[in-house]
Amino acid sequence: MGSQGGFYQSKEFLDLVKSIGEARSKAEEDRIVLNEIETLKRRISEPDIPKRKMKEYIIRLVYIEMLGHDASFGYIHAVKMTHDDSLLVKRTGYLAVTLFLNEDHDLIILIVNTIQKDLKSDNYLVVCAALNAVCKLINEETIPAVLPQVMELLAHPKEAVRKKAIMALHRFYQKSPSSVSHLVSNFRKRLCDNDPGVMGATLCPLFELIARDVNSYKDLVISFVSILKQVAERRLSKAYDCHQMPAPFIQIKLLKILALLGSGDKQASENMYTVVGDIFRKCDSSSNIGNAVLYECICCVSSIYPNPKLLESAADVISRFLKSDSHNLKYMGIDALGRLIKISPEIAEQHQLAVIDCLEDPDDTLKRKTFELLYKMTKSTNVEVIVDRMIDYMISISDNHYKTEIASRCVELAEQFAPSNQWFIQTMNRVFEHAGDLVNIKVAHSLMRLIAEGFGEDDDNADSKLRSSAVESYLRILGEPKLPSVFLQVICWVLGEYGTADGMFSASDITGKLCDVAEAYSNDETVKAYATTALMKIYAFEIAARRKVDMLPECQSLMEELLASHSTDLQQRAYELQAVIGLDAHAVECIMPSDASCEDIEVDRDLSFLNDYIQEAIEKGAQPYIPESERSGMLNISNFRNQDHHEASSHGLRFEAYELPKPAVQSRIPQALIASTEIVPVPEPMYPRESYQTTMPSIPSDAGSAELKLRLEGVQKKWGRPTYTPATSTSNSTSQKTVNGTSQGDGASTVSSMCETYDSRKPQVEVSHEKQKLAASLFGGSSKTEKRPATGHKAAKASSHMVEKSHVPKSSMEVASDKATSAQQPPDLLDLGEPTATSTALQLDPFKQLEGLLDTTEVASAVNGAPAASISPDIMALYVDTAAGIHNKNDADLLSGLSNPSVTNMPGTTAMPQVTQSSSKRPNPKDSLEKDALVRQMGVNPSSQNPNLFKDLLG
Amino acid sequence: MGIRFILMVNKQGQTRLAQYYEWLTLEERRALEGEIVRKCLARNEQQCSFVEHRNYKIVYRRYASLFFLVGVDNDENELAILEFIHLLVETMDRHFGNVCELDIMFHLEKAHFMLEEMVMNGSIVETSKANILSPIQLMDKAS
Repeated sequence: MGSQGGFYQSKEFLDLVKSIGEARSKAEEDRIVLNEIETLKRRISEPDIPKRKMKEYIIRLVYIEMLGHDASFGYIHAVKMTHDDSLLVKRTGYLAVTLFLNEDHDLIILIVNTIQKDLKSDNYLVVCAALNAVCKLINEETIPAVLPQVMELLAHPKEAVRKKAIMALHRFYQKSPSSVSHLVSNFRKRLCDNDPGVMGATLCPLFELIARDVNSYKDLVISFVSILKQVAERRLSKAYDCHQMPAPFIQIKLLKILALLGSGDKQASENMYTVVGDIFRKCDSSSNIGNAVLYECICCVSSIYPNPKLLESAADVISRFLKSDSHNLKYMGIDALGRLIKISPEIAEQHQLAVIDCLEDPDDTLKRKTFELLYKMTKSTNVEVIVDRMIDYMISISDNHYKTEIASRCVELAEQFAPSNQWFIQTMNRVFEHAGDLVNIKVAHSLMRLIAEGFGEDDDNADSKLRSSAVESYLRILGEPKLPSVFLQVICWVLGEYGTADGMFSASDITGKLCDVAEAYSNDETVKAYATTALMKIYAFEIAARRKVDMLPECQSLMEELLASHSTDLQQRAYELQAVIGLDAHAVECIMPSDASCEDIEVDRDLSFLNDYIQEAIEKGAQPYIPESERSGMLNISNFRNQDHHEASSHGLRFEAYELPKPAVQSRIPQALIASTEIVPVPEPMYPRESYQTTMPSIPSDAGSAELKLRLEGVQKKWGRPTYTPATSTSNSTSQKTVNGTSQGDGASTVSSMCETYDSRKPQVEVSHEKQKLAASLFGGSSKTEKRPATGHKAAKASSHMVEKSHVPKSSMEVASDKATSAQQPPDLLDLGEPTATSTALQLDPFKQLEGLLDTTEVASAVNGAPAASISPDIMALYVDTAAGIHNKNDADLLSGLSNPSVTNMPGTTAMPQVTQSSSKRPNPKDSLEKDALVRQMGVNPSSQNPNLFKDLLG
Repeated sequence: MGIRFILMVNKQGQTRLAQYYEWLTLEERRALEGEIVRKCLARNEQQCSFVEHRNYKIVYRRYASLFFLVGVDNDENELAILEFIHLLVETMDRHFGNVCELDIMFHLEKAHFMLEEMVMNGSIVETSKANILSPIQLMDKAS
């Protein structure tokens, strides 16, 4: 096949492609394309354009869109082209339409008719072209228009048509399952198609169907197994072979399906053992595709009911993957390990060094995969090291998407496995400092609650120490520029609540800092609100302690500013602050008790404390109160007045929404029982998502100080083991957590009896037992950690049967030494020299390389005068001589993986299309020269800017 | 869904072929191509041929000056996708003979036709080179 220029492509088209190919910058490319748009707009609507010409125009349109510019002016011409009689022109039209339009585009309606006609065509290629278009262009509404014809085509004599018809039906199922639900049995029928291609294609829709509803397809297990067996035994046509692997893509699809069907089903799984075992044995592990199938086998084995022999084979393959030099195989190995440790945790132990190696690797992809594995194997003994590393990594990356993910994982792990509250707070501080704005606000709330709750009632000393250290660290952190808003909120709250509690810092120290915060982040109203309320608390505590309150000048100016603020919330806080400062010590003590953020507020629903007052009023002749229900037509002013007076008596704040907290508190009582002390102070009224549930639109009003108001709703037992999770929390993390929590509780005793259902609790059980060994040795040193329940760890106390979970208190020194050892380990691995064996196996034969070198140079010299550089080393060279090595292409790694199998394949001539192909292509160098010459004729100079353009892809 | 898109991009980051199996607007395509191409081109040859990007993965492979990038869902078998890329290149090679970047540029529609035979609805449906090429050869003969 001539490739350059083609025989019917116009000079104009060639020039366009050439100039695009030579464009050196995006700007230059854009200029060319914009120019082209102008030209085409003019030309394409001329009358009587010959088909050929039109086809070329349409392809030019495709170019325009591919390079990122709008070509909608020409869509209609592409649509028209689908009507053409010539197959090539028609198919190009369909292609362009599928590239240009989505299924809901207005022009689609113009094509449906053409598609209908083409589906009936006698020429099966026309039918195929139409079916391609059906897959891309038909939407839910237009399905009925083509469905009957597609159904007819399922029995078409041509296999290519049947295959595409199946895929069209698959598409309909994806788009609108209900519209074809009565037809899904056709997929089962086509599974028995004589043609392996049709059968292979049918596996795609079946996979999806089975993924949605496993139980309806259990009867097919036997069929799938027997198909897989036949495939593995090479009963299919050689045309489907890939590097001597029989139909690997079909094998992979079947293994995926079996994994679904065998999951948690012992009986079904037993049918699969033999065939999967056979594949393990037969797979050629030296080729890429062989490894792909092996990997899929591991996935299957780790999903179906466990079989010791298969697990062993899987473990062998994993260890080979991990020991390989190829990063790709390591990646697959790490992934496979993550799957297998769920069932067979002991295997992780053998690979700890390899895992650490991957973790230290500069390759980001590999690193992330390894973090994923670590995340799966985290437990209380290794959580410190793992989370520490995760945070370090989180700090080093800039990709927000992944940063968020890893931050939430850190939080999740820290919440579940934290060895001490101190550590938890430190860890959270780091997470907040570096990814604060990416973390869920609830995490901040739980951190505040933790600091407020402390270690528990019995150890006040430890509590205050914890708080002091938190205050201290926050005062230090405040020195850093640009802290995330969420973190600042936590800091302000903690400073307000505990800043002066231990007497280390004076009120003016703390208030000064708070004013600085409010000033430095003056755009952030939430932070300002937190700071204001914190100021109020500090002053209130001062007043309550009968100390003289001196407002700092900066604080005064801040208040002045806030009193005139546009934000009613800030304004109100400022007024409240003013009011509080004016009160006497006793009153302040009542409304702002110190360290009471976790106390329950008792709401006197009968307002009994007003009885005296009412009595007095009635005696003076006032109307007695009539309940709202018994009232008719009367203004319920008295109701208001009552509240009014009450409010006035305490601190003259807003009045109307006073009643609302009652139902809210009521409704939460059960929750409070479940998670007794889980009360989060609601420092902020400004989060709609936090408060919408509460049916309290005006939180700030009801108690004067937001801090006094307690919230039970939306409070998760973040710290320690998860207990009760309200619906508001993100469902993902919740379920995950619960699973882990339970698995922790289960202990390791259930290990052997577990089955590998997707109910991943039990597998995790094993993990937790086995992992302890692993991680201890994995991260060096303290392997035999004494297990003792962390003292005063509140969460641990919460459920005594969970004490099982051991906390290994490690001094920071220990942790440091751990890290040191782990850092030293990789060299050990190298010393072992294990990988070298594999690497030599993979290395290219130097003689072959030499031969290849000679070969090419000969060719080069044989060619008269052509610059050797422009001769494209042809595909032959690659296959015969592993040219990859010769040319030392940068992707040697990849290519060597590729070419090696070919080399080994050479003697066995079976299934080597390349060999036959290459022999027919003997004069290959000549070919490429001709190509080169042709290009030159067209004025493209290969030695110019972009010489690579002319290199053969396989060269 | 499996495969979400297939891109061919040269060393300079210029798109040479783009096929999407889920609909993206022109702007989204532009942004996505820019982002992932930058990511992939920055990697060296020792590193994995896989890159995680948002909630999916890109499996890529370089042939001479041309990168083949395939965006896949997370549960897809990466090695199989690598093999798929190689199969695609081999198929093109069989058709064009010593396929190079220019072949694809001059015969964009043919490269697309091959993909249409190999992938439908984001799933690999045909892996026999003869089956992939026969409709194209028949069309060539006819015209």
